[in-house]
Amino acid sequence: MQLRNSRRRYGAVGAGLHWLVALAVFGLFGLGYYMVDLTYYDQWYKLAPHIHRSIGILLFAVVVLRLLWRFADTTPSPLDSHSRFEVLSARVAHVFLYLLMLTAMTSGYLISTADGSGVRVFDWFEVPSVTGRIERMEDIAGDVHYWATWALVGLAALHGLAAIKHHMVDRDDTLRRILPARLKKS
Amino acid sequence: MKKTLLASAVSLALVGAAHADEHSGTYAFDTEGAHQFITFEISHLGFSTLYGRFNDFDGQFVYDADNPENSSVEVTIDTASVDSNHGERDKHLRSEDFLYVDEYPQATFKSTRIEVEGDDEADIVGELTLRGVTREVTLDAEMQGHGDDPWGGYRMGFDAETEIKLADFGIPTNLGKASETVTLEISVEGIRQ
Repeated sequence: MQLRNSRRRYGAVGAGLHWLVALAVFGLFGLGYYMVDLTYYDQWYKLAPHIHRSIGILLFAVVVLRLLWRFADTTPSPLDSHSRFEVLSARVAHVFLYLLMLTAMTSGYLISTADGSGVRVFDWFEVPSVTGRIERMEDIAGDVHYWATWALVGLAALHGLAAIKHHMVDRDDTLRRILPARLKKS
Repeated sequence: MKKTLLASAVSLALVGAAHADEHSGTYAFDTEGAHQFITFEISHLGFSTLYGRFNDFDGQFVYDADNPENSSVEVTIDTASVDSNHGERDKHLRSEDFLYVDEYPQATFKSTRIEVEGDDEADIVGELTLRGVTREVTLDAEMQGHGDDPWGGYRMGFDAETEIKLADFGIPTNLGKASETVTLEISVEGIRQ
């Protein structure tokens, strides 16, 4: 598997970033869903949000790198067998996945920095607040975070189901070309 | 209020104009100048005290100098204005776990009777409505002072405090043994209308 994308398939960098981001998005969603109901005396009460925030900040950097790589690299062409609707809807979904990720991460950061404090990333470094203290920003950012993250995992699930449909029903290379697998001859 | 005015009028007639207490009247909280604070104190794990405020609230009191028992006070608090100097905590305090501000955006206190304890002290008994629950509480109040202000108005100020149990007002979160009660403190300056 080569590093860069080709017209026919994703390279190691593009595919690797894709799966890393997918894992992080679903991991963060699961952790977030779990941590908001932790009780005060739970061992994870402080640790879970700390991990959630830290990974969220790191993911932001990864997504920015991924976008830069995406613009610098070749984009694989749609398969010939794909209909215009499939090509268009896939493209729209990809754009919204990026927008929702950026919205989810930005709003999460704004919850934590609404009081003017920074976000500690593990015990490694701290990202300062950009806005400074803004009264009740945590509430607005919290609502945005809630809906953006639900929309994101919903759309990501649809995106995954569509890939599985291409693999299982249409039996084409859509999924295969972002996996470290051999493509069919066509 | 009618009662208060009547009482004032009666006492005015009894003791004569010379003794009429000029500081009787209705006082509005000085929200504009922010000479008013509602703070709360609660223990954190029994190790330290956490302080917070409600930034937005309004109210007024009626003071009857001749018959302080006939005075009254009412306060309306915007519960979403809770501020403990930590955005994530404030967001949590506004949630269903604590104040549930979407459902109960206001907390109110209305005095029902006043028991004068000394020259400047009184127990203000009244109904506190918080998170949809109304209970009788007693504010331990002290008048700090009153008089003409430098800008042509007449002011009077009080400090008062009471202690409530979180569970009594339906707050479902268990913060531990040391943190079952919270002390509410109000410090206000009223400007006579």
